[in-house]
Amino acid sequence: MTVRWQNIGGKLPRLPRWWTPAHTAAAVALLVVALGILPVLKMSLVVNGVFLGGIIALGAIGLSLVFGILNFANVAHGDYMITGAYVAFFFIDSFLPLLGIEGQGLGPFTFGYPLLIALPFGALAGAVAAIALDSLIYRRLRLRGANAAVLAMTSLGLAIAIRGLAQIIWGTQVLSYPRESRQVFHLPLDVRIPPDSLFIAVVAIILVVSVYLLLTRTRMGKAMRATADNPDLALVTGINTQRVIWATWAIGGGLAAIAGVLLAVSQAQLLPIMGWKFLIPLFAAVVLGGIGNPYGALVGAFIIGVTMEVSTQWINPSYKPAVAFAIMIVMLLARPRGLFGGSGPG
Amino acid sequence: MDSPGGILALLEADGVVAGYGETDILHGVSVTVDDGEIVTIIGPNGCGKSTLMKTIAGLVKVRSGRVRFRGEDISGAPPERVVGKGLCYVPQAANIFASLSIRENLEMGAFLRKDDYRGRINDMFGLFPDLAQAPGRKAHTLSGGQRQMLAIARALMLDPALLLLDEPSAGLSPAMLDMVFERIAGINATGVAMLLVEHNAREALGMSSRGYVLAGGENRLEDTGPELLANPEISRLYLGGR
Repeated sequence: MTVRWQNIGGKLPRLPRWWTPAHTAAAVALLVVALGILPVLKMSLVVNGVFLGGIIALGAIGLSLVFGILNFANVAHGDYMITGAYVAFFFIDSFLPLLGIEGQGLGPFTFGYPLLIALPFGALAGAVAAIALDSLIYRRLRLRGANAAVLAMTSLGLAIAIRGLAQIIWGTQVLSYPRESRQVFHLPLDVRIPPDSLFIAVVAIILVVSVYLLLTRTRMGKAMRATADNPDLALVTGINTQRVIWATWAIGGGLAAIAGVLLAVSQAQLLPIMGWKFLIPLFAAVVLGGIGNPYGALVGAFIIGVTMEVSTQWINPSYKPAVAFAIMIVMLLARPRGLFGGSGPG
Repeated sequence: MDSPGGILALLEADGVVAGYGETDILHGVSVTVDDGEIVTIIGPNGCGKSTLMKTIAGLVKVRSGRVRFRGEDISGAPPERVVGKGLCYVPQAANIFASLSIRENLEMGAFLRKDDYRGRINDMFGLFPDLAQAPGRKAHTLSGGQRQMLAIARALMLDPALLLLDEPSAGLSPAMLDMVFERIAGINATGVAMLLVEHNAREALGMSSRGYVLAGGENRLEDTGPELLANPEISRLYLGGR
C-alpha cells in the first residue's frame, strides 16, 4: 500500500510505491549536502546549467521516445543535431543572402532574424533525415528481426557517416552563425546570463510544452505512448505501428535538429564533432529519467545540465562530459530503471 | 470445412503449422468457432494453446495451413488488419497499456474506429463499473481483476464478432475468477463469439458449447463442453481429477 499523509491544509503528494525508509534517509542526506553546497555555489553556474539543460532536454526527449518505441540506443542522435545545425547554417550563410535576407544582432541577441527563418528548415531537415534513414536502413533491419545490438551498431555507423558528410560539405574548421557581440544581463547574486540563453529557454519551453500536449492530447501522441509501452499489444489493438515509428522519428529528429542549432548559438561555434560530444549528456539524461520516459528525460536533462555546469566550479570544464558519464554509470548500477521508471526495456 | 447447415464458420483454422525460429509449435491444428459460440481450448502447458491464439491474431506467422475469418483468408494478414475485421485478441500477460490511463487504454482500443467512439467507452463503463470510478487512473495501479476487465474492455471497443481470450483468469483470486467468468458469459450473451484458452478448464468448459483438447501441438480431442466435462480421462488429466 502507498502511504498517504493528511494535514489540515490539504493532501501532501503520495509517496510512490517503491519508497522505503532508505529512500527517505537518502533524500535527507541529499538535502543536507545540497544545503551545505548552497553557500559556496555560484548561482551563475546553476542558472547557466538550467539553460544547458534546456538544450539537452530537446535532444534527450526525442532520444528517449525513439529508445522506448524501437528499443535501441540511437547513437546517431547527436549527428541528427548537427544535421539541423548545418542545414540552418546553409540557409543563413548561403541561401537566404541570395534572397537579400541577411543580418545579425537582432535586438538583444547575437544572431539575426535569418536564424529564425533557418530554424524551422533545420528542424525539417532533421525530421526528414530521421524518417529517410528509418525507411532506408532501420526498417529493413527490423523486418529481418535485427536485435538491439545490431541496430545500435548500425546507428554508430550512421553517426560516423553523417559526421563525415558534414566534414566533406562544410569542412572540419570551426564555423559559426553570423553574430554580433552583446552585453550579458547582470542579475543579483552575481548571475550573468547571455541574452541568447533567454531565446534558447523560450524555444525549449515552447517545444517541450508542445511535445507534452502532443503526447497527452492527440491520437497519434497517445498511440506513440501506447507503442512504447507495449509494442505487441499496440499491433493487436490495430495501431499502425510503422506510422507511429515515423512520427516518433520526425519528432525526435526535428527536436534534435533544433537542439543542434541552439547548441551552435549558445557555444557561438559549429563543428562536425559537436553532436558526437553531446551524446553523453543526452544518454545520461535519458538513463536518469528512465529509458523510454520522455518526461523523465526532461527532468534528467536539467539535473545533468546543472550538475555539469556546477562541476566546473571545482574541476576543469573539459571534464564536463565525464561528470555526465559518471552520473549515468552510477544510475545504471544503482537504479537502472531511472528515477521515474522507464516504459522501454530494463 | 463448413459448419453444420452449410453456413461458413465464423473462424476456421485448418491444419495450422506455426512456431518460433526453427521450431514448429503447432503441427497442423484445426479449430472452428461459429457465430455467438464460446469455444474453449484446454491442454497441458506447452501444447501450443497460446501460440495458436497468437497465430490467429496475426502475431505469429502461419507456415502451413489456413486461417479463415468470415470466409476470408487471413493467414498472412498483419495483426492490425486482422483486428480491423472484427477479430480482437486479449493476450495472457501484458494485455493493457500500463502507463496509460484507463480512458486512454479504451481510446487506443478504438484506434481503428473512424466514428465517435465515446458512446462505446460509456458502454464499457456500464459493463465494467470498476473502470468508471476513475477513468484517469493509470492502468498499472489497477488490481489484477480490474486489469483483466480493462484488457477485455479494450478489445471490445471495436465491437468485435470474435474475441480471443488467452487465460482471462490467470493469477486471479477465486472470487475474481467467478466475476470474470460471469462477465465473459454476459459479453457472449450480447452476441460476441469467444475462443478461450483457460487453465480453469472446469469453469470454462461449463459455459462453452464446444471444447478442444490440444497436446503436443496437435488436436487430441474435440467434443461438446458437457461431454468433455463428463469424460473421465479428460477429467483425470486436465480437470484436477475430481
